[in-house]
Amino acid sequence: MDKMDRMNRRDFLKKTIGGGIAAGSTLVFPGVEKLLAAQQGAAYDLVAVRGGGPDRMFDAAIASLGGMQTFVPRGSRVLVKPNIGWDVPPERGGNTHPALVGRIVEQCLAAGAKEVTVFDHTCDNWRRCYTNSGIEAAVKAAGGKMVSGDSEGYYKSVSVPQGQRLKEAKVHEALLNADVFINAPVLKHHSSSMVTIGMKNLMGVVWDRWYWHRNDLHQCIADFSSFRKPDLTVVDAYNVMKRNGPRGVSVSDVVSMKAQVVSLDPVAADAAGAKLFGSDPMDIRHIEIASRMNLGQMNLEKLSINRIKI
Amino acid sequence: MTRRLLKPLRVCIALAFFLPTVLLFLDIWEIGIRAVAGKLLFFQFVPSAFKFLNHPAAGAAGFIVVLMITLVFGRVYCSAICPFGIFQDLVSRLFSNRAKTRDRKRRSARTKYSPPRSILRYTVLMATLLLLFSGSGLLLNLLDPFSSFGRILSNLFRPLVIFLNNLGTPLAEATGIHTLYRVQWPVFAQVSLGVALATLGTVGWMSVRHGRLYCNTLCPVGTLLGLASKFSLVKINIDIGSCRSCGRCQQVCKAGCIDVKTKSVDVSRCVSCFNCLSACPDQAMVFRSDFQSSFQPNDQSNHESDRQTRQGKDAVRDRRNFVLALAAGTLGMAASRAHAASESLPVQAKPTTIPENKTNPLSPPGSVNIARYTSICTACHLCVSACPSRVLVPSVFSFGLSGMMQPRMDFNAGHCNYDCTVCSNICPSGAIQPLSKSEKQRTQVGVAKFIKENCVVYTDNTNCGACSEHCPTKAVHMVPYLNAAGRKLVIPEVDETICVGCGGCEHACPTKPFRAIYVDGNPKHKTAQKPKEKKMETDTGEDFPF
Repeated sequence: MDKMDRMNRRDFLKKTIGGGIAAGSTLVFPGVEKLLAAQQGAAYDLVAVRGGGPDRMFDAAIASLGGMQTFVPRGSRVLVKPNIGWDVPPERGGNTHPALVGRIVEQCLAAGAKEVTVFDHTCDNWRRCYTNSGIEAAVKAAGGKMVSGDSEGYYKSVSVPQGQRLKEAKVHEALLNADVFINAPVLKHHSSSMVTIGMKNLMGVVWDRWYWHRNDLHQCIADFSSFRKPDLTVVDAYNVMKRNGPRGVSVSDVVSMKAQVVSLDPVAADAAGAKLFGSDPMDIRHIEIASRMNLGQMNLEKLSINRIKI
Repeated sequence: MTRRLLKPLRVCIALAFFLPTVLLFLDIWEIGIRAVAGKLLFFQFVPSAFKFLNHPAAGAAGFIVVLMITLVFGRVYCSAICPFGIFQDLVSRLFSNRAKTRDRKRRSARTKYSPPRSILRYTVLMATLLLLFSGSGLLLNLLDPFSSFGRILSNLFRPLVIFLNNLGTPLAEATGIHTLYRVQWPVFAQVSLGVALATLGTVGWMSVRHGRLYCNTLCPVGTLLGLASKFSLVKINIDIGSCRSCGRCQQVCKAGCIDVKTKSVDVSRCVSCFNCLSACPDQAMVFRSDFQSSFQPNDQSNHESDRQTRQGKDAVRDRRNFVLALAAGTLGMAASRAHAASESLPVQAKPTTIPENKTNPLSPPGSVNIARYTSICTACHLCVSACPSRVLVPSVFSFGLSGMMQPRMDFNAGHCNYDCTVCSNICPSGAIQPLSKSEKQRTQVGVAKFIKENCVVYTDNTNCGACSEHCPTKAVHMVPYLNAAGRKLVIPEVDETICVGCGGCEHACPTKPFRAIYVDGNPKHKTAQKPKEKKMETDTGEDFPF
């Protein structure tokens, strides 16, 4: 019974906030999303901010999108998925900045979220990643909940209906149980995909990453993006690792960019991130594939963008 | 009445050593107990002896302190410090209580006086030392009480704790408790599991049926300390004058070393548990020095003088044995060191059959070289239990028969975290020497080798780069790859000079069944060069490129 209620509520929420079913319709009618976004009160498809701290830039961006309550209904369960892949401190730019993650959690709770969960299926030892990234402390201080992604028992098999190479995956229950999904990647160099941004960050919600690498990595990244569209993608480009990514070797790999991109459209967020990095989105194969699969708009000229300088 | 307090005091000290030691192995939640591992395990005899012989320092002199304590008070170590000894007391207590109501015979068997099995115990000690002398610590590793118990904890109890934890986590979450989390299973190590089971079965049975029989037959430390305790200043003894032969002392003696008929105590087997002191209603059990007792007024019977002469003969023979054993032991240990130092080639376990062509196994950073490592490691598996990345797993024959169960790095199981120095700082025997973070980051335990023909970039013409992703030094980096498909592809290339052999690349490599990149062990660890750092110009732009 409880499950039914939850399903109904989730469906309702998704309709309201332009995720789920709305995402389905955008596949058939690209551009509908823009319409929906306008309907629900978000004034822009994408907001880009420069010049502030990660937390301040997020405040500015979310305010210009109509506030967090536009995306987080009262009583909802929120999953925030930062990049916590590596056992490195914040200044190395290997993980999402803790100040940003903490602020997102705060904003969600202030908007009335029942529960905000944060996790990543890390590459390095997860306890060390959670601690040394500073993210666990920031999330706890903000009132959020850190959960482990380190055991297969947390992951449930799902099918990826639109997937071409990735037809099924084991996905963390925290995502399956979430009403609202906020993807909070860090923008950085990547050894094989040139850059890693939002869609690549979703590799951290599945158990078997090896399969992706073995079966056309870029196609799998795009495939999985069709499984569940994030309601919001927040790209952290405060400290940007320009080479030796995604782990980095030292702080000399990092430049201070003090930028942030927030978007309802995951493909647009990645395209904007790629441009900030200095790459052409067309050169990042998974962005190009995702665009062809109608998962979002990679042509930024077709979007309404708010540019904020702090 | 102070003598009656000795038993409760022993119990308190025993628990103070035992519980944290057990937690060292079973702490799957990493609550921080391992920070005190060095202090806690200071007295563990065999690990400490190895540590000292390889690097004489006050911090490794625990076994000398134990020897000195034994020469004063007898085998206090066996009852108050040795975790395996304490574990046996718990086992026999648990089962003998039940046996009391069910089976009187069994209880009496456990606590009856039994003659010393001297041939067996001295043979075992000698064999252990001789084998060590000839360069193999295998028997010692199999019999050493600390290491045996460590393997039981690590291979049997730890999985049990993980099982219960993972069972309890969803239940706790359902009730709103989110402090627990699921923990991944360790690698299944059949041989170590089998040995741990066999040890637990044998020693468990011995302790249920015969008390401390293991400690007085198979345990080389027990036998050695037993020899030393013959000379101890203070001993358990029976005051002939006050003893009424009620036999209560004999009933509570787990070592079976009190003979009420002859009113004598076999000190070499007495584990100084002091149960008899508390049990004796007549205060006839005494804990005092020979010096004291010689001044004690005693009405000597014929029987008594017989006993004295017999004990005297025993003492002479045992003294001879003790000196012999000590000499052999010292020689053996010295020789095993020499053996380690002279051997430059690794212990090659078996001909390599794996297509990755690994010529050498990988020993953990801090072990300096494989020969040294395998000559010191007692296979207690504390590092296996403590490794946060689960990359250390018990070997089978990677290090040869003699190195059975000694931990190796297994990159199927995980990869060695670049900043982590847990194993090197927790190793009680010094087989893995302490490293600072910066020393560890330069220690090259092996080198990555790339097999292009296995690589997914080559076979499938798709990008992958999982290996380079995980590489902490970028020894594995991606270079442009010209391909028939005309795609923008990059393929790995290895700079061996800055590779540390952490195994990140091998662990991440997705190809099956053979990996396209693997780490081949360095029999002697090398020092990797520092990755070059180039300063990058800071992006001061404030505009949006879109």
